[in-house]
Amino acid sequence: MLEEKARIIRKHIIKMIYTAGSGHPGGSLSATDILTALYFNVMRHDPKNPKWEDRDRFILSKGHAAPALYSALATSGYFPVEELLTLRKLGSRLQGHPDMRKLPGVEASTGSEGQGLSIGIGMALHAKLNRKLYRVYVMIGDGENDCGQIWEAAMSGAHFKTDNLTVILDRNGLQLDGPTRQIMDIEPLVSKWKSFGWKVIEINGHSFREILNAFNRAKSVKGKPTIIITHTIKGKGVSFMEGAVSFHGKSPNKEEYEQAMKELG
Amino acid sequence: MWNKKTQRDAFAEALVEIGSRRKDVVVLTADLSSSVKTNRFAEKFPEHHFNVGISEQNMMSIAAGLAASGSRVFASTFAVFGTSRVYDQIRQSIAWPKLNVNIVATHAGITVGGDGASHQMLEDVALMCSLPNMTVIVPCDALETKKAVKFVVDYNGPTYIRLGRSDVPTITQENALFSIGKAMVMKDGKDITLIGTGTMVSRCLLAAEKLEKDNIDATVINMSTIKPVDEKMIIKYAKETGAVVTAEEHNIIGGLGSMVSTVLSENVPVPMKRIGIPDVFGESGKSDELMEKYGLTPENIAEAAHEVMKRRGKQK
Repeated sequence: MLEEKARIIRKHIIKMIYTAGSGHPGGSLSATDILTALYFNVMRHDPKNPKWEDRDRFILSKGHAAPALYSALATSGYFPVEELLTLRKLGSRLQGHPDMRKLPGVEASTGSEGQGLSIGIGMALHAKLNRKLYRVYVMIGDGENDCGQIWEAAMSGAHFKTDNLTVILDRNGLQLDGPTRQIMDIEPLVSKWKSFGWKVIEINGHSFREILNAFNRAKSVKGKPTIIITHTIKGKGVSFMEGAVSFHGKSPNKEEYEQAMKELG
Repeated sequence: MWNKKTQRDAFAEALVEIGSRRKDVVVLTADLSSSVKTNRFAEKFPEHHFNVGISEQNMMSIAAGLAASGSRVFASTFAVFGTSRVYDQIRQSIAWPKLNVNIVATHAGITVGGDGASHQMLEDVALMCSLPNMTVIVPCDALETKKAVKFVVDYNGPTYIRLGRSDVPTITQENALFSIGKAMVMKDGKDITLIGTGTMVSRCLLAAEKLEKDNIDATVINMSTIKPVDEKMIIKYAKETGAVVTAEEHNIIGGLGSMVSTVLSENVPVPMKRIGIPDVFGESGKSDELMEKYGLTPENIAEAAHEVMKRRGKQK
């Protein structure tokens, strides 16, 4: 069931980026399985009532993976699936990077790397202050670990004991200019986050069993926030996009599009 | 002749008053609670006060997350750390999504004194005015500060409130109303219009007194909102007096003077002169010494008034 949803979401991603003529397929496809698990299993949310006060919140800090978020939202029923093809077009609610004022279900306006985690801490603190039981989920890219603000936020998340916050680190190993270990080596990630006071869980980000299990474990952690480092493959699901830096921020051409859609079935 | 009080104390009083009548207010600061005076709010409402340490970028985005969830947020630090250091966070996290975050920046301007250029923020108004959705308020005294802080708590959209460090003369009246975008006439005259903001309003009043000795009857306007600026007021008095001087404790580029000159040139192109910091960084010194060195005294304003009136000639 989740596998099937993920397959549909991947097809939407490819189709919308191809139609738009630009966008970020690689990081959208690496994040797809996690987003699918969140929107179709883990999170308490209501697509018919996107402003429901007690809903769980998801923030896509790596805003360039907007096509994955939009596909998950449309497939969940926040807006018509047909609207996905308006991505990046003039007048569309589907902006190149997420705009919380335009599209229902988008919780934060993101796109400038490194800010979503702090925003998520703000939402988690609001829940604590107002005795709300909602949980906050923030997805960050591995390249975002280059940003100083991520570590400011990491420190304060632990300091303020935001145990209602779960971060997903989409560890696909590639950033715009190349492999993270070449551009800016962020390892050792596990011990870094641990030393910042976080509960760290490491999983395969394409195994739904591991993903669901990790989110469950995160819910039971008290007194500190949790980060799930999900090892993923950039471009996952499309053979020639997998592990390819070139598909970080480029649309497939006609042949590539047809090949990708064929592979996704 | 005037009582003096710091705007920071007024800010603290306003926060405590707000905190005692509503529970949706959250105050953030970045290791400066005793300087920006949010510590007084923190003592009374510790749960609603978050000190994030020296991480202003983090503070601004946390403020955004709180506001997006329905909290009414004040984020306070020095002007230099609350604007240029975090311009991108304000732009992306706060202004673009038009969230209810009120940035209260203290220690603005050259009157910071001894700390020198690193701490004398002279470009903040320009930065904040350039952001869509942002409202920019520069109160002239403690009384107006208190009213402004209480006003913005229910205002829809982000605001930037610029305060100084030092004591400033209380020149407004208890019963005067504060409203965003509404300038206040402090003295009504027919010969020239002096438009001041923040600490410069009292200096405009002193300049008007000097001008009186030369039989010049000046209007003095307190432009406490820089954006949206009170165009109607500017146009009305420019038409009546035919000459304008602006005065601000800010870079001459991008602040009140720029805003007023735009309004004038598009509507009533009368002679004008801008008093402000002449596009340089500051330096250490006593407040008054610095104001004198950089040409921000009542005498400087009065001289500018004479010059502009000369350019205007007899015709209005």
